Amino acid sequence: MTPQEFAKHLGANYPDHQFEIDPLNENCVLIPLQLVPQCFELLRDDDATQMDYFDFSTCVDHPPDRLDLVYSMYSTVYKHRIQLKVVLDRQNPCVPTVSHLWVNANWNEREMYDLFGVFFPGHKDLRRLMMPDDWEGHPLRKDYAHPNLVVRPD
Amino acid sequence: MDLIKKIPAYVERIPNGGILMTGLDWVLNNAKASSMWYMLFGLACCAIELMATGASRYDFDRLGMIFRATPRQTDLMIVAGTLTLKMAPRVKLLYEQMPDPKYVIAMGGCTMHGGPFYHDSYSVLKGVDKIIPVDIHVAGCPPRPEALMNGCIALQDLIRGEKVGRKRDRPGLRHIDPATNLPLLVRPDTGLIRPNQIIMPDQLRVLS
Ligand code: SF4
Repeated sequence: MTPQEFAKHLGANYPDHQFEIDPLNENCVLIPLQLVPQCFELLRDDDATQMDYFDFSTCVDHPPDRLDLVYSMYSTVYKHRIQLKVVLDRQNPCVPTVSHLWVNANWNEREMYDLFGVFFPGHKDLRRLMMPDDWEGHPLRKDYAHPNLVVRPD
Repeated sequence: MDLIKKIPAYVERIPNGGILMTGLDWVLNNAKASSMWYMLFGLACCAIELMATGASRYDFDRLGMIFRATPRQTDLMIVAGTLTLKMAPRVKLLYEQMPDPKYVIAMGGCTMHGGPFYHDSYSVLKGVDKIIPVDIHVAGCPPRPEALMNGCIALQDLIRGEKVGRKRDRPGLRHIDPATNLPLLVRPDTGLIRPNQIIMPDQLRVLS
C-alpha cells in the first residue's frame, strides 16, 4: 500500500476525520490525536494492512508551539511500511500509549518521555530511559539549556 | 651479576656468600611498579584499544599489568572512554573501593576534557580529573596501544620516584584544595561530595 492508499483506507474506517499526507514527508500520513490507540489497533489487526512490526516512534521538535510524534510500522506479510505523524501541543505534549499493541513501543515511549518530555497515559512503566532518574529537563528539546552544555562556536 | 650492577645496591662479599644492601624505597617502589594490576572496565571506544593492548599482540603482561575484575584487587584504574554524568558517580565509587596505593591513567581525549563531546553535549563529564585524581593523561582518540603502554611506563617511572611514607604529589590533579593539598572532595557551597552524587562541573570549581 502507498501512503495515499493508507490515507484512503483510514478515511474509509474513520469517516469523521481527515487523513492527509504530511507536507514535510510524502511517506507520512498525518492522523488526528483522538484516534491514537484505535487507529493503530486497526492497522495492526486489519487483514488489509497487518502492520505487525513496529519499527520505532520518535519525536520532532518544532519550537515554539509544535511537537510531532512520528510512528513507523512495517508489515511482514505485505512488506509495506508507513509512517504516521501526530501533531502535539509543545507546552503539554500528551498522547495515549501504544505499548500494549507492540511491546517494543514501550522503550521508545520511555525514551521520548525522557528526551522530549512527552507524557504517555496508559504506559505501564514510564520512567526515564537514558538520563539519570533525578535529571531535570528534556535534553532533545531545541531550547534545552544545561550548565554542562558548551555550545559550539560557529 | 649484570642485574646486580644495575640496581642501586651495595653488595658485600663475605666468605660464605654475600649480603645485599639496598634502599627501602627502591625495593618497595619496584615491587609496586612491576605489578600494576588494572581494573577490568571500559567505558567507550577507547576500551577496544585497551583490550587490544591487553591481548597478545601488544601484551600488557610484560609490563606486569594484569587485569582484575574487582576494584578490591587493583592498583590502577585505566579510565578508557567517555565518562557520562550518569556513569561518573559509579566510577568515583569504584575508585574509592580500590585499596591504596592507587593510580589513575586517563586514556583518550574524552577523559581529558570531553574530547569530541566537549561541544554540544549535556551528558558527558568534561574531564575525569573533575571527580578522581589522575596521574597520567594519555592523549589520542583513541590512543594507540603504544601510547597507552608509554603512559604505563611513565606511570612506573613516577612510582619509582616516590618516597615511601611521603604523601604523593599528583601532577595530573586539576582540582586541589589549597588548604589541605588534597583532591577536591568539598563542594564550595554544600560540603562533602557523596560517592553516589552526580557532580556537575560547575560545582567543582577549584577553591580559591
Ligand atoms: S577519546 Fe575518542 S576513542 Fe576514546 S572514548 Fe573518546 S571518542 Fe572514543
